[in-house]
Amino acid sequence: MASETTHDVAHTAMTLIDQLPVLQILIPLVAAPLLVLLGTKRLSWAITFIASVLAFAVSIALLWLVKDGGFISYELGGWAPPLGIEYRVDAANAFVLLLISGISTVILPFAYTSVRAEIAERHHTLFYSCYLLCLTGLLGVVITGDAFNVFVFLEISSLSTYALIATGAGKNKRALTAAYDYLVMGTIGATFFVIGLGFLYMATGTLNMADIAERIADQGANRTIQAAFAFIIVGMGLKAAIYPLHLWLPNAYTYAPSAVTVFLAATATKAAIYVILRFSFSVFQPEFMFETLTFEYLVLPLALLAMFAASFIAIFQTDLKRLLAYSSLAQIGYMLLGIALMNETGITAAIVHLFNHGITKAVLFMGVGAIVLRTGSSFLYRIQGMGRVMPVTAAAMVVGGLSLIGVPGTAGFISKWVLVQGALEKGWWPIAVLIVLSSLLAVIYVWRMVEILYLSSPVVGADKREAPLTMTIPMVIMAGACVYFGFATDITIGASTTAAQGLLGGTTGMIEVIETATQAGH
Amino acid sequence: MPDVFPISLIFFFGAALLLLLPKGHLRAALLLIVPILAGTMLWNLPAGNLWTATIMGFDLEFMRVDKLSRLFGLIFCVAAFLGNLYAWHVRDTIQQVAALLYAGSAIGAVFAGDLISLFFYWEGTAIASVFLIWARRTEGAYHTGMRYLIVQIASGVILLAGAAVFYGETGSITFEKMTLGSLGTWLIFIAFGIKCAFPLMHNWLQDSYPAATVTGTVVLSAFTTKLAVYALARGFPGTEILIYIGAIMTLFPIFYAVIENDLRRVLAYSLNNQLGFMVVGVGIGTELALNGTAAHAFAHILYKALLFMSVGAVLFRTGTAKGSELGGLYKTMPLTMIFCVIGAASISAFPLFSGFISKSLILSAASHDGYYVVWAILLFASAGVFHHSGIKIPYFAFFAHDSGLRPKEAPTHMLLAMGLTAFLCIAVGVYPIPLYEMLPFEIDYVPYTTTHVITQLQLLFFSALAFAVLMRTGIYPPELKSVNLDSDVVYRWFLPRLIAKIATGVARVWNAKTSFWITRYNNVVRGLYHTHGPEGRMARAWPTGSMVIWLAVLLGISLLINFVS
Repeated sequence: MASETTHDVAHTAMTLIDQLPVLQILIPLVAAPLLVLLGTKRLSWAITFIASVLAFAVSIALLWLVKDGGFISYELGGWAPPLGIEYRVDAANAFVLLLISGISTVILPFAYTSVRAEIAERHHTLFYSCYLLCLTGLLGVVITGDAFNVFVFLEISSLSTYALIATGAGKNKRALTAAYDYLVMGTIGATFFVIGLGFLYMATGTLNMADIAERIADQGANRTIQAAFAFIIVGMGLKAAIYPLHLWLPNAYTYAPSAVTVFLAATATKAAIYVILRFSFSVFQPEFMFETLTFEYLVLPLALLAMFAASFIAIFQTDLKRLLAYSSLAQIGYMLLGIALMNETGITAAIVHLFNHGITKAVLFMGVGAIVLRTGSSFLYRIQGMGRVMPVTAAAMVVGGLSLIGVPGTAGFISKWVLVQGALEKGWWPIAVLIVLSSLLAVIYVWRMVEILYLSSPVVGADKREAPLTMTIPMVIMAGACVYFGFATDITIGASTTAAQGLLGGTTGMIEVIETATQAGH
Repeated sequence: MPDVFPISLIFFFGAALLLLLPKGHLRAALLLIVPILAGTMLWNLPAGNLWTATIMGFDLEFMRVDKLSRLFGLIFCVAAFLGNLYAWHVRDTIQQVAALLYAGSAIGAVFAGDLISLFFYWEGTAIASVFLIWARRTEGAYHTGMRYLIVQIASGVILLAGAAVFYGETGSITFEKMTLGSLGTWLIFIAFGIKCAFPLMHNWLQDSYPAATVTGTVVLSAFTTKLAVYALARGFPGTEILIYIGAIMTLFPIFYAVIENDLRRVLAYSLNNQLGFMVVGVGIGTELALNGTAAHAFAHILYKALLFMSVGAVLFRTGTAKGSELGGLYKTMPLTMIFCVIGAASISAFPLFSGFISKSLILSAASHDGYYVVWAILLFASAGVFHHSGIKIPYFAFFAHDSGLRPKEAPTHMLLAMGLTAFLCIAVGVYPIPLYEMLPFEIDYVPYTTTHVITQLQLLFFSALAFAVLMRTGIYPPELKSVNLDSDVVYRWFLPRLIAKIATGVARVWNAKTSFWITRYNNVVRGLYHTHGPEGRMARAWPTGSMVIWLAVLLGISLLINFVS
């Protein structure tokens, strides 16, 4: 990676604020090898946590800087784009950065106990190292303004994710096949993505996203660009687990260690969704007929299919982790639906839901993790009645469940509400009806969860204690966030609307800056 | 008391406090202190609207104190005290809490100055009291309680409907004298009528009171019906139809009471009959008549409680209250027998007992206003009362043929409760002036005139003679184990069967329709499970290659769409 080696601060008088975009990536990236070099099991968690907190602080600062529109362009190593790599922060990705680093920070205390229980101690250093790399990769995918850099960071996050999932093998050997499956499929997806980038490079001769956008805007669409779009959408669609390309996800989520599941469910697919958004609206022109048609005839039906098929599957599941994994697929359907609406409200809904679903699933998977800590299993028949002995955990899960359904007063309601509005604005009222109907399916599987947790007596042999505070506190924080963002919508809706406006503004904003940047470069 | 607050709250707080105390004497003591506290406070309250609150634009008056409500409030406190003393031995939290809430609701209703707060307390009495029936914890008691609750809640609902219509008609929710005529007033009237056990609406009373616990019946007998009498006296004084309703009420229960075997049920019928006197009083509506109603309610609560207590004590000791299984108990329960006789004498209106000085007020009012037929009916009813309550109850329980039962005398606290009640019965009968002074209107009435006493004694002696003759000649209906049909056969036997018939017919059609849809629904769910279930096609863990195919398919479609456009 060029980013941390070639950068030289001395030649310009930049302040710390100006360095924020690179710090966002640099902090976790440097911390990861540091763990391995120090090699202490004791410090590994602490260093990870500190790195995550710092990254979180940076992302808060970044969002604060761009929340009212506009963006920050950061030239890596002083090499001006389009030749050099550019980090570009606007409301859309600052918001996703906040989600990723925030989730990571909140769940790390949870991970501390969960990882100690589920992973052999000698692997802890490497585990946290992978974790940090994964965090780096996800943040990098989101922050970068360079198309090929997206691929690089994507691979960093993917490779570390495969390793993280495989650490679940200590508990269940099937984690290995799950990781292997994901490795094969993920690599194919990434390959598709990079093929798409190749086409783009072929057609435009540049890899800087803004630059590509400018060239596409100038020369219009051609077969190469159309093919590039198809490859990118399908390749990224796999990482985002668009419905029929989801087959890696249930196993990966089910057999990964609980802490990894929480982190992946809340962030990984969200980053992929962000990339789809970025490419569809900032790189390609939404005005292009082929793009509109792809969304209308491919993504929209698949989104609807996901909302129903995945929900039905979730209803019949016998393993809570798997149930929630399928529910995630259905929820990804909502985000894709929002994008497919191709209007400002729809995209706002997609971004808000990306955030709200992130925190909702974080609560739920943490709850499952806490229960697994006590019962050793996430099978429904093994976790019966645990709500009675783990009141805080179960209560947090109920809040998460309500948010998943979209009950008013929870974060989930806000995003579904905006989504329904988006559908109605477009005049697609049957879609609005379908959104509500699929929410009813969520009622069924959430009720199953509640029923299992509360309405039966605990299984003999379960450890009948509440989860430790390191677990309950993150859960309560996240559950609180689910409720808080159900009422205080300024941050979520505000940032998302700005982001959606920026995205729908298309390439215009980017081109202007690129012009100044290229002038500086020449 | 620095501030006046609704008396009913004392009872409600008492009930809450009760839960914090350990079971035992402390609780029983609290149960006694609460009514004493409430009674003392009530005694010292000035008249007027003392506590109002405005809720949603309605002025709710929670403490309307005047002579009428104060009298009923006081006797309710006394009844609560006596009932709780009688129940000193009870350690059942549910009964204790229910008794307090019940008394509190009844007193709250008495002081309610508007229809809305009246409704709340009205329902409160219904809900709290049903637990006294359920507390017996038998299957039968459960069903009886359910029937009782349905009737009582229905009364409340009708009252609410009436209040709403009345508000629509007049724009007022104040609870004061109304004239029958509009829909609203009729609904309110019927609601009161149900609780007052008007003829054909009376069955809940005979159904439920004998079904309650020994102590529960004593409490039950005091509040619900007398609350209804109060409500009638407040809302519909001088409504002529009440005179005839009341007259019928005094008459028909007599026959049932005579043939009934269960002594508590006999008392329930006689309770109904006594209510008739009060309703007649309300119907006549003159000051004298209303005074009579109030005084009779006061006296009635005491002697009816006393009778229920004594029969209850017998039930408590022997386990039965059936006339056919009792007899000869005077040998071992002499004190209970004496108290029972005092209660019997009071209800029969023997001179020097409480019934005499109150009933004669109503009789005088009837004759004074020229209702001679009614007067005659009341006279006959008085004789009947003496017959079934005055003679029958003590006779079959304590004398008659020797049943061979030799139970212990009633427990001390029961004797104490009965003794106090008996004392009050006699005290009121001998020296009625304090009671007369508490009555709603100024009164100048001397019960002990020669004519009165002679008439009454003649009546009683002839009634006694009739009883003796009938017994001697063997014509008197023997105490048989039997079920007597009352009009409740309509809803306990006929209606259920009719409904069942209709229901089966409707159900058949319905089932045919629904089973079609249920089958369809089941098929859909089964199909979904087949495809989406854990082992289904959709949810199975597919080989890696299959996703590559999907990837290719999607790419193909995507390219196709892109190129076609």
